[in-house]
Amino acid sequence: MTSSKQALAHPASSAEAAPGTPPGAARGAHGRGTPPGPDSWRSRLYRWDMKASPYAFIAPFFIIFGAFSLVPLLYTAWYSLHDVQLSSLDQQTWAGLDNYQNLLTSDFFWNALKNTFTIGVISTVPQLMAAIGLAHLLNYRLRGSTVWRVVMLTPYATSVAAATLVFTLLYSWDGGMVNWFLHFVGIGPVNWRESDWGSQFAVSSIVIWRWTGYNALIYLAAMQAIPVDLYESASIDGANRWQQFLHVTVPQLRPTILFTVVVSSIGATQLFGEPLLFGGVSGSKGGSEHQYQTLGLYMYDQGWIIGNLGKASAIAWSMFLILLIVAVINLLFTRRLRKSL
Amino acid sequence: MTTSELTLPQARKKKGRGPTERRRVMGAGKQLHAGPVTYIVLTVFALLSLAPLVWTAIAASRTDRRLAETPPPLWFGGNLFKNLESAWDQAGLGTAMLNSTVVAGTITISTVLFSTLAGFAFAKLRFRFSSVLLLLTIGTMMIPPQLAVVPLYLWMSDLGWSNQLQTVILPTLVTAFGTFFMRQYLVQALPTELIEAARVDGASSLRVVWHVVFPAARPAMAVLGLLTFVFAWNDFLWPIIALTQQNPTVQVALNSLGTGYVPDQAVIMAGALLGTLPLLIAFILFGKQIVGGIMQGAIKG
Repeated sequence: MTSSKQALAHPASSAEAAPGTPPGAARGAHGRGTPPGPDSWRSRLYRWDMKASPYAFIAPFFIIFGAFSLVPLLYTAWYSLHDVQLSSLDQQTWAGLDNYQNLLTSDFFWNALKNTFTIGVISTVPQLMAAIGLAHLLNYRLRGSTVWRVVMLTPYATSVAAATLVFTLLYSWDGGMVNWFLHFVGIGPVNWRESDWGSQFAVSSIVIWRWTGYNALIYLAAMQAIPVDLYESASIDGANRWQQFLHVTVPQLRPTILFTVVVSSIGATQLFGEPLLFGGVSGSKGGSEHQYQTLGLYMYDQGWIIGNLGKASAIAWSMFLILLIVAVINLLFTRRLRKSL
Repeated sequence: MTTSELTLPQARKKKGRGPTERRRVMGAGKQLHAGPVTYIVLTVFALLSLAPLVWTAIAASRTDRRLAETPPPLWFGGNLFKNLESAWDQAGLGTAMLNSTVVAGTITISTVLFSTLAGFAFAKLRFRFSSVLLLLTIGTMMIPPQLAVVPLYLWMSDLGWSNQLQTVILPTLVTAFGTFFMRQYLVQALPTELIEAARVDGASSLRVVWHVVFPAARPAMAVLGLLTFVFAWNDFLWPIIALTQQNPTVQVALNSLGTGYVPDQAVIMAGALLGTLPLLIAFILFGKQIVGGIMQGAIKG
């Protein structure tokens, strides 16, 4: 952290080297042909330009990141230790660990944690397995391969809001397409809005629909980088196609699988838009029994519906801690895998 | 900007119908022609991908009452334009489309510009702490947006900026993903000799950026622009908190639609269709580049 601060001390002073305002003097250094001679003011300027310009180029990112992510992150920690109410923003009193204690004794928090985990698992696992299978099929020599890929990616272009509105209608009790289809094959209607597993499955299906194609393309890119010789030697050893897939493709994809698992876990921890809109009018509660209230939803509900921003900050930090734990578990898991190989 | 300019230079394979020379680094599947089973399974996947969108259009062409009846409609009715008009007026989708265009457009231009500069510095320039700072940049992708929204909301209230577009634009003017994406591209697409040659001529850094880096980065800039636009258009959490129905982006307007602002399901579907239309058009025009971009970004180190 301190190193970044030191590095950032430079670009601040070299702000005039930022794009758009070339220092007039530097113009003179553009003489064609010869580099500036030693010890002229020109060469000094040139050397200074060489030193400072990298910092000037990365400055915009670090300034934006600092102002809108890093500083707010620390402020959120500060607010999580205070009593901050939406109704009286200027009265912020010290509360110590009260907000966190509140969370740990709240059934709703544990419920949200459980739901986030359940929905996370039932949306991520089938999604990634389907994506690997789909990538394997897309890796064959196909007619119109680009068209197939673009079609598989269209759900990714559909926003959370639009996709959820459509799926909510598909899952509705009266005249919903899904229940009609179930009736058609002789299964009774499911109450997708109210039942526990039904609503969690419905929310997960929106996530699966939007991200399967995207992950398939990531796996496809990795599959295309697998050396052909591996397959050749496998087939000489008498492995059929399915065995080749199992013993060559999947092991070779391991780093990519890990990458997608990490990214999907991060996404699952933050799940917010799908359950919010699936719930309709009182969406932030995540159903009448909070049956699909995720941590992201719980935070929004506490902060902006109930108006307790201190508690919302504590929930945000808890989410961050959970993410770090997930990351560490992933890391340990990979180490174990590497050792066992 | 034509589409031919957009294609990435290291396109993986030539689209030759004839027997092209096979690269040694391709999954075995590449040599195998797909059988009928593959096509059948892919068709099922394709239908699953497209059906909800097609059905959105069908539902948007019906009436609210018809959508509550069983069986649900499987073909178009005659109410599409009436519902689109209602969504446009009642849900403020007209304003929302304009706002989303301004927001996503600004974010795209600035992200592409600043990511290219930062990506170039990380890819080709030597400076102290560069590897630490790059790791830090990648690490920031782990931070959930939820961690920033409470303070951002309070600052916004202090500044009197609620419901103003700059509130949504400023935090995403440049992204870690964009910076890393451009770095990965420029590491292999920009010959270091070119930069050195310009340096020997005594060119300043800005001149190098303008005459060497931008031309080399152009294809990746276009792809990053497309990906950023999709991301910015669909961004949900912060806009929902920062903006209200008085001055919404498309996502905020759709959220109001879904939470009972307009109780007519057919109008809601028309809204969902309108809100997705710009991106669908972008997909029809530049789908190949977007697919290429995602596959490019996937191959890490």
